Amino acid sequence: MTQRLPARLLTASATLLLLTASVPADAAAPAELISAIKSVDKKGKGNRAAREAVAELSGSEPAVLLPLLAAFRNANPLATNYLRSAAETIVDRSIAAKKKLPRKRLEAFITDRKNDPQARRLAFEIVERVDDTVVDRLIPGMLTDPNPVFRRQAVVRLLDLAGRLQKENQQDLARSLYKRTLQGATDDDQVKTIAKLLRKMGEKVDLPRHFGFLTNWHIVGPFDNTGSKGFNVAYPPEKQVDLKAKLKGKLGAATWKSYKTTNDFGIVDIAKQISPYKGAVMYCTTVFESKTPRSIQFRLGTPNAWKLWVNDRQVFANEEYHRGMKLDQYSVPVTLRAGSNTILLKICQNEQDQDWAQRYQFQVRTCDVSGIAVLSADRSAALFPSKETRP
Amino acid sequence: MTTLRSATRRVPPPALSLVLAAALVTGLAGADWRQFRGNDSSSVAPGEKPPLAWGDTENIAWKIPLSGRGLSGPIIVGDRVYLTSSDGFDQDRLLVECYDVKTGVRRWRRTFQATGRTQCHSKMANATPTPASDGKRIFAFYSSNDLVCLDLDGNLQWYRGLTHDYPNASNSLGMASSPVVIGDTVIVQVESQSESFATGLDVATGTTRWHRKQHRFDNWSSPIALTGKDPAKSLVLLQNMVGLTALDARTGREAWQYDQPASRTPSSVVANGTVYIPSNGLTVVRPSGTDKKTPEIAWKNNRFSSGTPSPLVYRGKVFTMSGPIVKCGDASTGKLLWQLRLKGAFTSSPVAANGHLYYFGETGATYVVDVTGAKGKIVAENAMGATILCTPAIADNAVFVRSNGHLWKISK
Repeated sequence: MTQRLPARLLTASATLLLLTASVPADAAAPAELISAIKSVDKKGKGNRAAREAVAELSGSEPAVLLPLLAAFRNANPLATNYLRSAAETIVDRSIAAKKKLPRKRLEAFITDRKNDPQARRLAFEIVERVDDTVVDRLIPGMLTDPNPVFRRQAVVRLLDLAGRLQKENQQDLARSLYKRTLQGATDDDQVKTIAKLLRKMGEKVDLPRHFGFLTNWHIVGPFDNTGSKGFNVAYPPEKQVDLKAKLKGKLGAATWKSYKTTNDFGIVDIAKQISPYKGAVMYCTTVFESKTPRSIQFRLGTPNAWKLWVNDRQVFANEEYHRGMKLDQYSVPVTLRAGSNTILLKICQNEQDQDWAQRYQFQVRTCDVSGIAVLSADRSAALFPSKETRP
Repeated sequence: MTTLRSATRRVPPPALSLVLAAALVTGLAGADWRQFRGNDSSSVAPGEKPPLAWGDTENIAWKIPLSGRGLSGPIIVGDRVYLTSSDGFDQDRLLVECYDVKTGVRRWRRTFQATGRTQCHSKMANATPTPASDGKRIFAFYSSNDLVCLDLDGNLQWYRGLTHDYPNASNSLGMASSPVVIGDTVIVQVESQSESFATGLDVATGTTRWHRKQHRFDNWSSPIALTGKDPAKSLVLLQNMVGLTALDARTGREAWQYDQPASRTPSSVVANGTVYIPSNGLTVVRPSGTDKKTPEIAWKNNRFSSGTPSPLVYRGKVFTMSGPIVKCGDASTGKLLWQLRLKGAFTSSPVAANGHLYYFGETGATYVVDVTGAKGKIVAENAMGATILCTPAIADNAVFVRSNGHLWKISK
């Protein structure tokens, strides 16, 4: 039998045999237990089997941590929480029993960016419990890591370093470092800080490009949303987007008009820059060019109710009014096709008359799952529009 | 058994039977504080004698730093304190931590990744709902509608992502409703503009026993139990903008409904089989013997309005708070007895023990009010030095309270 097994499978089988060495003879192998966990699904499906698997895995030797972490790949978010819990329990028990954790293998797992970003972060936290030098050793190399938590830590360190250089009057070095740091920053507090510092130094920073905001839109409206009923009315743009069409709107004829926002955060302010409509529906459309088919996220912020279509397919809708607006307020996974992708956003304003209920605006950006901008293929690649070369 | 022995001395027989019934429903034992506002959501800790005054070094048994944020209150089960927090730039890392009641030493911590939206008002945190326990398990609930069940030693029993199940169940201002355990069902109320429901889950498996669509309005109030003579027929009370609905806790079948608009932040309280609802000020109802679908209104008084803190019934008196004003009334008639002005804003609900009410303010100022006399009297003002938004727990003759940065045990 062994002779027929391909080398890779043989290695995997041997590894599992080693891992199961401490598990009772009648216990399921880690692979089976992990499979049970990964079968857990929505509405409590598979909870019981997953719990039993976690209980069994939790008594395993520390070596089982590696297959547990590897299993994060392609696992749904419920399953990863079961895997996480099993791993943390193993670590607790191992540390209490003074058993050695497989530190080197965990560290190799962390540095291999092909592994699941959340699993890598968990591995990092596990190593950190027994070796606090891991922060200084690994974080500096994580500025462009797929995990935003690693990036955030790396940005904090570089910001601190650049600030010290600036205080020491090493302006060019500081400027260069701030520019480099911006590449890893996706959290808006860090981005705002860096952009402010660079602008103070006379640099131009294209923040809409950095975040991947969609800035060029065609907008038509208003259509009727009296009594918030328009949210569920399919006005003509939902059937066909024809930029030359003359449509019947709430206030008479309505035609598509082009609109470009220059706001740093891609905000299209309908109330201030078009009209403070009440009881209104506006449609906004744009085209996103993708060189290849790919999965990305549309991240939207708005205090208004909305529906989003990509290539005529509704990808999400939310009927919430005036509960604040924030960058990345909503994240919608979308699969793009190669070539032109048509985006249609329906944005609804209700008739509340309170001062805090007058905003009628939105921002949309496109990014990968970690928040790094994914730009339309026809968009400029220049993050710093000045002539200075990038670091 | 301190709790029950003390209750035996104090309450008349009919009320005692209700206390015992409540104990059977929630499986209480000893001086636990197992959920938001205590085991029976009354905010009252019978038999407990926490200190009245404290300072940086006086009557602080321990104070420990926390790594995560939270408005959730601590709960106490046996010799352990359980606390939820959330951290990370997006508040998407969920923490459940267990501390030793006597020493404050952390026994374990589990972390999870939120599966629902974590956005909330800057004052709030993903860890806003207070966890609950049935004495064997911890049910940690978050604004992102992640519901985690662990045993008392931190072993994961099950995990539900209710926004993962129902993607529109979220509120950009954050969710705050805390879970309640009634018998072998844990109940959560998830109500927002875009999707609303309440659900009862099997405590052992997390599978859905019942799921009920609710009105699509934001709501931050918490469900509570109404226990009658037969604990198996205990009701869960769901309060929201359209009123208060009583459901069979195990089946979700509707029993009766109070159909006047109720507040969406402070929660109702039950005392002696009577429900005190923050509605039209305060409306007090009890299940009717005749029209079983409509409760009988005992009294209502629009002078007893509530801000964020929930009303409290203690020793025959009812207390409400609006802004910094505490109002005290006769719990059986609704007659206003006295009012008292504190200072600052209050999010935390008051808790009661040994004839005193404890008010924790947003500025960190705390007021201990003696409510045994004809008028309320502030007997101590204590400074926490931090913003307090959670509702504290009382157990082990101590007050347990948290800020975003620390967890305190206040005791002699």
